[in-house]
Amino acid sequence: MHAYANPTRFLAIAKPLTPWLLGVGLLLVLGGAFAGLTQVPGDYKQGETARILYVHVPSAWLGMGGWTSLAVAGLVQLVWRHPLAGIAARAIAVPGMLFTALCLATGSIWGKPTWGTWWEWDGRMTSMLVLLFLYAGFIALTSGDANGTGGQRQGGTLSRGAAIYALVGAINIPIINRSVIWWNSLHQGPSITLRGSSIDGALLWPLGLTVLGFSLLFGAIVLMRMRRIIADNRVAARLRRLADDEGN
Amino acid sequence: MKAKHQRLILALVAVAGVAGAGVLGASALRDEAAYFRTPVEVKAGKTEVGEPMRLGGMVAAGSIERQADGLTIRFVATDGKASVPVEFKGIVPDLFAEESGMVADGRMRADGTFVADRILAKHDERYMPPQMGEMPEGVAKMAPKA
Repeated sequence: MHAYANPTRFLAIAKPLTPWLLGVGLLLVLGGAFAGLTQVPGDYKQGETARILYVHVPSAWLGMGGWTSLAVAGLVQLVWRHPLAGIAARAIAVPGMLFTALCLATGSIWGKPTWGTWWEWDGRMTSMLVLLFLYAGFIALTSGDANGTGGQRQGGTLSRGAAIYALVGAINIPIINRSVIWWNSLHQGPSITLRGSSIDGALLWPLGLTVLGFSLLFGAIVLMRMRRIIADNRVAARLRRLADDEGN
Repeated sequence: MKAKHQRLILALVAVAGVAGAGVLGASALRDEAAYFRTPVEVKAGKTEVGEPMRLGGMVAAGSIERQADGLTIRFVATDGKASVPVEFKGIVPDLFAEESGMVADGRMRADGTFVADRILAKHDERYMPPQMGEMPEGVAKMAPKA
């Protein structure tokens, strides 16, 4: 694993990988959205509104998957002091928050015609909103410059406090996942479980395309943000050296 | 023991502790965090007459009665084990239907009827094309269910 701790080695892989993730991801999202909007039938009961699931489900997956990766990166940073892990955690936070917000927004738009309400404080919705706030807290905690201020260490990686915050926040992920099973909720139970899918195959396949497509886009965004953080660090390090030289 | 092993054990113990606290908290909230109560819970005496609450359940087949004023409806909410009659005056969501889930805001009246101020439709986890939804009950039920 430490072979990739070297930012130069990481960049050699990340740089050519980014356009592929971006291109294939965009194609899959566009293809899945086109198929989901025009090629498959609406739901037998909800009609056309069910089609929002082709954006809602990938958003929920990436919002929750984002925090899971962020927490794993926090752990790796905390235990192994892997410099890229902290950078990855910071890079994940913004797209993770974006997809969480997209999940809440699409859910709300779907909820109005289906349930008859934009928002209710049930277990699923409340725990997802908590995730949005966790992301906001993490971003606030780690925003600072690359000179080791504001929840960052020098080198743009995480402070110990921010890494612990990422780990503690992860407790919300199983709560979101189980919220519709533990508690009576307005949100329906899981459609896709290890035992199969209660979304009929005729409606399911575009979801596979958009889930994969949005995941690749997410990966591309994270790699781009990591490269940007690494570049910022190099600028900051060079400025520090220049300032030291002038001082001598 | 190397420092990183110490940190690993410390971090794992801390994560396990936080997870345990989370699970304990979540299970303590079991009743309080429920979005609605079911007819069984209502029948078990968990509610008082006049106390604001939410009732959730399936609308029993054939139970919706529209009253002469054109606005009031009566139906029976059931969870398979118990059922509670519900009265509501107003407009219900499009997806409100018999043999489909619903959640009602309101309170119990002394005669055992739940008087709703607002009704929301609950959707289940099944998604299928219209042709399948129109199939006879037995065939549609063969569709994979979570």
